[in-house]
Amino acid sequence: MRFDTPGREIRAVNGIDVNVGAGEVFALVGESGSGKSVSMLSVMGLVPTPPAVVTGSILFDGLELVGLGRSKMNAIRGGEIGMVFQDPMSSLNPVHRIGRQIAEVLHLHQKISRRDAMDQAGELLDKVGIPNAGGRLKDYPHEFSGGMRQRVMIAIALACGPRLLIADEPTTALDVTVQRQIVTLVQQLQADLGMAVIWITHDLGVVAEIADRVAVMYGGRIVETGNAADLYRTATHPYTSGLLHSIPRTDTIRTEWLPEIPGTPVQLVDDLLSCPFHSRCPMGDDSCVASLPTLEASGREGQFSACVHHASILDGGDLWPSLDREVTAAVEHGDELLVSIEGLKVHFPVERGGRARRKAVVLAVDGVDLELRRGRTLGIVGESGCGKSTLGRALVGLVEATDGRVLIKGEPLDTSSGPHRRTVQMIFQDPFSSMNPGMRVGDVVAEPMRVHNIGSADERSERVAKLLGQVGIPAEAATRHPHEFSGGQRQRIAIARALAANPEVIVCDEPVSALDVSVQAQIVNLLHETQLETGVSLIFIAHDLAVVRHISHEVAVMYLGQVVERAPRDDIYETPLHPYTKALLAAVPVPDPSSSIALAPPLEGDLPDPSDPPTGCRFHTRCPVAVIGLCDEIIPELRVVDTDRWVACHLVEASTDQSFLAGEGDIRGDLGLLAEQGG
Amino acid sequence: MKLLNRKRTKKRSPKVANRLGMLGGGMVLFLVVMAIGAPWFAPYDPTERVGLPFQPPSAAHLLGTNDVGQDLLSELIYGARVSLTVGIVAALVALVLGTSVGVLAGYYPKRLGRFLMQGVDVILILPFLPLLIILAAYLGRSLLNTIVVIGVLIWAGPSRIIRSQVLSLRSREYVLASRTMGAPDRWAIMRHVLPRTALLATGTFVRAVSTAILLEAALSFLGLGDPLQKSWGSILFWAQSRGAFLTPAWKWWVLPPGIMIMVASLGFALVAFAMEERINPRL
Repeated sequence: MRFDTPGREIRAVNGIDVNVGAGEVFALVGESGSGKSVSMLSVMGLVPTPPAVVTGSILFDGLELVGLGRSKMNAIRGGEIGMVFQDPMSSLNPVHRIGRQIAEVLHLHQKISRRDAMDQAGELLDKVGIPNAGGRLKDYPHEFSGGMRQRVMIAIALACGPRLLIADEPTTALDVTVQRQIVTLVQQLQADLGMAVIWITHDLGVVAEIADRVAVMYGGRIVETGNAADLYRTATHPYTSGLLHSIPRTDTIRTEWLPEIPGTPVQLVDDLLSCPFHSRCPMGDDSCVASLPTLEASGREGQFSACVHHASILDGGDLWPSLDREVTAAVEHGDELLVSIEGLKVHFPVERGGRARRKAVVLAVDGVDLELRRGRTLGIVGESGCGKSTLGRALVGLVEATDGRVLIKGEPLDTSSGPHRRTVQMIFQDPFSSMNPGMRVGDVVAEPMRVHNIGSADERSERVAKLLGQVGIPAEAATRHPHEFSGGQRQRIAIARALAANPEVIVCDEPVSALDVSVQAQIVNLLHETQLETGVSLIFIAHDLAVVRHISHEVAVMYLGQVVERAPRDDIYETPLHPYTKALLAAVPVPDPSSSIALAPPLEGDLPDPSDPPTGCRFHTRCPVAVIGLCDEIIPELRVVDTDRWVACHLVEASTDQSFLAGEGDIRGDLGLLAEQGG
Repeated sequence: MKLLNRKRTKKRSPKVANRLGMLGGGMVLFLVVMAIGAPWFAPYDPTERVGLPFQPPSAAHLLGTNDVGQDLLSELIYGARVSLTVGIVAALVALVLGTSVGVLAGYYPKRLGRFLMQGVDVILILPFLPLLIILAAYLGRSLLNTIVVIGVLIWAGPSRIIRSQVLSLRSREYVLASRTMGAPDRWAIMRHVLPRTALLATGTFVRAVSTAILLEAALSFLGLGDPLQKSWGSILFWAQSRGAFLTPAWKWWVLPPGIMIMVASLGFALVAFAMEERINPRL
């Protein structure tokens, strides 16, 4: 396949060649804007032409797809090639029953009676692992959870037995435990049906688990391709190797600093004449600028790299070393107790529609006790809906506590405005929406100082320049508007803003999850550096366990509004005690194909309704080791099981098995073992 | 490998909107020049008796004279002053009221917002023209009263538009961010919410001008305008009461002020349309 797609003024895809064999799982990896999705959309004929222009050739089983007539293309789409999109919420029509939506595809491609189509739809739902498939045909999309909707999407994509399945970031919107379920499902289906799969993603971890072959895209071009195992072991392009080194992992030794790729991803406007990566590359030199490198055989068989220096890249470790940074003037600080949360509850009343309007209360945060000391980082992890963001918002006064209290330096948190609010500041997830687009960067950063009347105008602009320098943004940026900066740069500006009022605690709500993978390490390092230099305490809220591990001193795991386990970082990652923590850790994909040890069975089911949590231990409905009569009746309390370790599970104490406490052996194996015991 | 480059294809609708907006802008400019330059353009003083009553158009009086012998063309030219003044000032009154209520109702959507919006709903439900007439009659005939009555009646629509914008703005992360800094609500409203609604407010303001001009003409036509001011509506009022609608005099006594009212109202409406297309392309 080959396409050139200069869309509008942006060259989204610049001459890529890809071959996918029958029955092969092929992963296309790249950051946002690298052209990975556009190239696959053009395979499906879904790129609007005009304005886009697709040239080159896309051959599917010998059939030329570029310029193919609409009706013929329709027969291929959904018939021969199935596609699954990222957001299962918007890909399903909310007003039709899902049985009808599956049958619709069957009717489009086959002559089939309505009853047969429905029967087939039921079989398909069963095949994608939806319990009580026949009964759920009459349900509407909103009655399914995110993971289940994605299963329905897969069922639709598979309806006509396609020979190729294109999955565009199919698990990005899902939680790790659900992602694990979907990955396993696709693996099974692929093995059963023998179809080819093109998996588009930015997540190298998922790729390592599912792909046979991988192509890495950068700037609309494929920079490296090869067998997954080879690529991960010996990357022969600096970009691939940089990505592999810069993403934090849960399975390797934690280093103080993450190796980082400097700069930001490119967006191509002009013709490519030189390597698009050269400005960010440690090996970049004149020969990289002189010509556009093409894919050449490198490393192992079937491995190609578009780098003029590919021969000299042997081990990426030298290329992307984890440098010890010189921290200018690390601040001496005590370790006094800064924040203590006692029995915090945040409940939201919600009204449900429907025939009988019933009022429900979402227990977003339901009795949380946590502590944070000066200069430390508390990581809070959990699936979406576990209440971690609400907890963060309660700390900065965005939501009122229903019960319990938050003490900041011994004083109860006062959510009214005033100078006392300077102590706790916040960094938001999305750097694009957290800044007023009409304000200049200087004003954005100075805002906390103006709110609290700190300094004169001159002193403020002086401090803004200093803060911008501290986060690696040139001081002249102060007169520009936020939209002129990339996501990573904006997040730096957001950090500068959070620091402006000299806070003692910064709540970071998913500060890197909206950023490109190659930029995440920069921000994580910057936060770490900032902490060392200013002695600020961080509350780091994230769903990404690897990032949390990298930055936190202590980690709290939340489930349905409650903390289920809390421990120092190394303890929790090496010897997790709570079954939920174990399941979460086991679900994190590891960017290393060779580490795929016999995986524990994925956590079943989805997060229960937070307005109607299960009785007893809230996790018992999904827990592989739950004991009936104990876990579903008695609420486990968060209690100390070891120095600095808190766990809310009956079985941690009930179990006399020392491995539980000592935590020997592999976590994944452990969970499998537990599953057997429990079963 | 050949790369094709394409110029960005523009959408059609903004183009049409732009043209109409230019047209409306031209109309508005014409009226503004006419209002400001009235003493120079008008051949006579419109309050003076300069000829015989009921004269048809002639070289001396291009649009003839009215029932007391005043020059109709001069009346028409001076009428632009009243129409524009009432239109713009009444729209300003509506803008201030509508924006204040809209911002407060949008930023505090729970109790205050619900209360304010109920008030807005009541005003929107009331039969509009009868209320306008009763209020104008009750308050008495003066320019100020006309402005107040119109302003007070047309702010409800704009306030709804502003409120919906503020509702979405208040949950934007940069507004939340200012709250996490410890800023009072006043700060968030003045620095983040108001500046982001200004554009939308301008659009609704121009639209309100158009409405206000029409309403002023209606009130004056009913004889409820300021008796001392020459406005297009009052020219029509006198034409009606002297029976000009049924005589050939309608061509120079009724038609020209009618056209002027239309031009003024349409001009502002077109400008507003073009602005809204810009401000909110998904409209």
